[in-house]
Amino acid sequence: MKNNKLSILLRGLLIENPVFVLVLGTCPTLATTKTVIGAISMGLAATVVLICSNVVISLLRKVIPDKVRIPCYIVIIAGFVTVVSMVMHAYLPQLYELLGIYLALIVVNCIILGRAEMFAREHNVGESALDGIGMGLGFTLALLCMSTIREVLGSGSWAGIEIPFMQGHTVSILTQAPGGFLVFGIMIAIVNAVTHGKGVKKKDFGCEGCPSAGICGGNCADKDEKEEKENV
Amino acid sequence: MFKTLIVILMSSVLVNNYVLSKFLGICPFLGVSKKLDQACGMGLSVTFVMLVATVATWPIQRFVLDKLGLGYLQTIVFILVIAALVQFIEIVLKKYIPSLHKSLGIYLPLITTNCAVLGVTIQNISDGYNFLESMVSSLGCGLGFLLAMVLFAGVRSRIENCNAPKAFKGLPVTLIAASIVSLSFFGFAGIIENLLG
Repeated sequence: MKNNKLSILLRGLLIENPVFVLVLGTCPTLATTKTVIGAISMGLAATVVLICSNVVISLLRKVIPDKVRIPCYIVIIAGFVTVVSMVMHAYLPQLYELLGIYLALIVVNCIILGRAEMFAREHNVGESALDGIGMGLGFTLALLCMSTIREVLGSGSWAGIEIPFMQGHTVSILTQAPGGFLVFGIMIAIVNAVTHGKGVKKKDFGCEGCPSAGICGGNCADKDEKEEKENV
Repeated sequence: MFKTLIVILMSSVLVNNYVLSKFLGICPFLGVSKKLDQACGMGLSVTFVMLVATVATWPIQRFVLDKLGLGYLQTIVFILVIAALVQFIEIVLKKYIPSLHKSLGIYLPLITTNCAVLGVTIQNISDGYNFLESMVSSLGCGLGFLLAMVLFAGVRSRIENCNAPKAFKGLPVTLIAASIVSLSFFGFAGIIENLLG
């Protein structure tokens, strides 16, 4: 049993890393990894929201009617996002400014809704909390990797500390929008190569990882398949 | 006045493109851009929802939340309003315009959790736009999203046929193509200042 709990916690870090393996939450991954500090604060803010919402959703899993569960989850998540952003506004105003609009957008971060849908609604409170911690730290770890690459190569510093011999040899495009796509693409390719193509769960963006699947009931993919069959 | 609106429109379509420079709405951008008609459908639906969402959220922020000092409830209220609106639009379309529902209906539920729609409504408020400017900015963001989707659908149909290295097959090569498309939008930087400044 203990082993099982540990595996829930560790799963989020590597084997089912939300960013590189499940490919969820792409928007903040690309947007906040320009700097290491921004990435870590985004990761931790999302982790707090994820743990809290997982716990509450798991507590309420028998109360919430199945048909209206997605709106209920969204309200719970939005509540915690508001709490986190108010706390950051009060105590860490610089980070609040740095993250800007992306802090409010944690609400629509696929990882949080996805974990609610895939995990918290079927497991008890303790397991859901562990899953939240694991997934949240996995997300933070992935953001840290991305931002380290982008900041060290792109602006020759790490978390604002200048690296002496890197100055003057920077690839500044990496800190801008195209660099985000490029580094993310290469990271996923590395995961692919290391695991011989078995690693990345979502070869393409299918319904398994899509939190909206709960709402659309897989209609979007069905249409795709039907069309393909018709074409064949 | 008119010039300000043009500047807002052009800059949100080309320079501050929501997908390619602000990274909002990446999921539909990568997920639904495989075929041109689907990309168009998704782009049009997003534009439509952005406009409707702005019509609903701007007055709520100005006349309800600001008046009552409830600004901190912005996130919760906006996401609920957007979710309810999308459901409502879907029901209305299904009942009265079935043909449109058939082509756009499948994209509507996906838009509820699209960060671009929530992003544009919050951004309009935090930029301090008035109602008309907000509408123009939403239209611009929607059109920018549509433009990016359509362009990328074209790029992707070529990628499908190319022989990428094994590790890069699928998602990675798509992301790298997105990086190059995003790079090409850098060419628009400064276009506003030069044309209208």
